[in-house]
Amino acid sequence: MRKAMSYVTCLKCRECSQEYPVKPLHVCETCFGPLEVVYDYEAIRAVMTRELIESRAHNLWRYRELLPVEGEPDMGPFSGFTPLIKASRLGAEVGLKNLYIKDDTVNHPTLSYKDRVVSVAITKAREFGFTTVSCASTGNLATAVAAHAARAGLRCYIFMPEGVEAGKVVGSTIYGAQVITIRGNYDDVNRLCSEIADKYGWAFVNINIRPYYTEGAKTFGFEVAEQLGWRLPDHIVVPTAGGTILPKVAKAFKEFQQLGLVEGNFKIHCAQAAGSAPVIRALHRGTDLITPVKPDTIAKSIAIGNPADGFYVLGAVRESGGWGDMATDPEIIDAIKLLARTEGIFAEPAGGTTLAVALKLFNQGRIHPNEIVVVSITGNGYKTIEAVASAIEQPIIIEARLREFDALYERLGGNRAVAGAA
Amino acid sequence: MAVKVRVPTPLRRFTAGIDEVPADGDSVRAVLENLEVRHPGIRERLLDDKGELRRFVNVYLNGDDIRFLEQLNSKVKDGDDISIVPAIAGGR
Repeated sequence: MRKAMSYVTCLKCRECSQEYPVKPLHVCETCFGPLEVVYDYEAIRAVMTRELIESRAHNLWRYRELLPVEGEPDMGPFSGFTPLIKASRLGAEVGLKNLYIKDDTVNHPTLSYKDRVVSVAITKAREFGFTTVSCASTGNLATAVAAHAARAGLRCYIFMPEGVEAGKVVGSTIYGAQVITIRGNYDDVNRLCSEIADKYGWAFVNINIRPYYTEGAKTFGFEVAEQLGWRLPDHIVVPTAGGTILPKVAKAFKEFQQLGLVEGNFKIHCAQAAGSAPVIRALHRGTDLITPVKPDTIAKSIAIGNPADGFYVLGAVRESGGWGDMATDPEIIDAIKLLARTEGIFAEPAGGTTLAVALKLFNQGRIHPNEIVVVSITGNGYKTIEAVASAIEQPIIIEARLREFDALYERLGGNRAVAGAA
Repeated sequence: MAVKVRVPTPLRRFTAGIDEVPADGDSVRAVLENLEVRHPGIRERLLDDKGELRRFVNVYLNGDDIRFLEQLNSKVKDGDDISIVPAIAGGR
């Protein structure tokens, strides 16, 4: 029986196909291309059924045959299997009859999709025998790595650019991680971390553990397919920063197709903030060449001007027949408010970006009113209060006297607003 | 112009394991060509058939991505630092 073993056969360069052993490697020695995990799909096909998956706990490990870990994983027991919500009120307002929100604002334990990739990365880091884990990050990844490292009992160093919001520093330090801020921007931090990973022999989840880490993003797609009743959505809109999640959602759907687990076909669409849209600009220009930009947007979690995997985002979008667009900061804020007001979900700006772009694609006629559309909400608005704080109504202050409230209520037109509520 | 070039792990087999090597040239391209003379085989890992920088290679001149400068034609001065870094990393 292979029950306790993984179905991984090797790592393989996505560019030149050179194969490597299953080790903490992430770059092809020949061409610098990214390495990707290769599975024995024949063996997986023989064991992985809808019934087997449905019999398992509601976490990301229910798809473990398609994840690159050995044995019984014990990280992230409550990570993944976030709600897929039929957005009826939002759908009715915009004219989409089958609109769904995949809601990673409530991913455990740090409220973003990063809990998926980090669960896999830390599990793999421990398998490899690392005792120190690390990452370059400005937010969601930092908090996820710090929290999972705490649970695993590993030492943790978080590298951030100077000037990041206090909440992100606190949200990492609280777990016992050593937070180091670097004088420079995210790309400077990333570069330094590449050099530290090289020298210190630590597990950097998004550098030398990256081939395993990125596989965790597939679970977002697996869940969408299962939660739709083992079928693929006609459309899924996914935000792009460095380019990890979009190609992996496409890969997840294709793996499920290959294994005969799902019906249907899909188009995958890319969403970027207008202030950091190098992939969308290349998509619209019809080229593979991504020109880096200096990001300037409130959507900080997706403000990467030099996306490492942008090329693969373009490939996945085009192969599926999908498209993509960008949203300005005001459009992002409007979409955050729209989602909150109609569905009771408070997304970070990356989520606002994704919803705003989904609506643009609908208005462009690329999505039809009856089609199944999934909007990927990958992070929580409570972590990015600053982005919307100045764009919402301020609370009204009154004295603690009923008379004052009566007058206020009258002014607000309250009798009309809640007629029928009594 | 004599400069220092920082070499990432995957390329150190061309530099006898050394992580920082000297090279000469008045532009980034000239420096990379000079590296080939000193460490044969390294050029084709950095540049494609057309002589352009490979997709997954980032080159920094004194800490700045050369794509924000004048690409491979960026001018270098004596004592400049050039760093070669694989592009594949990140995800914030």
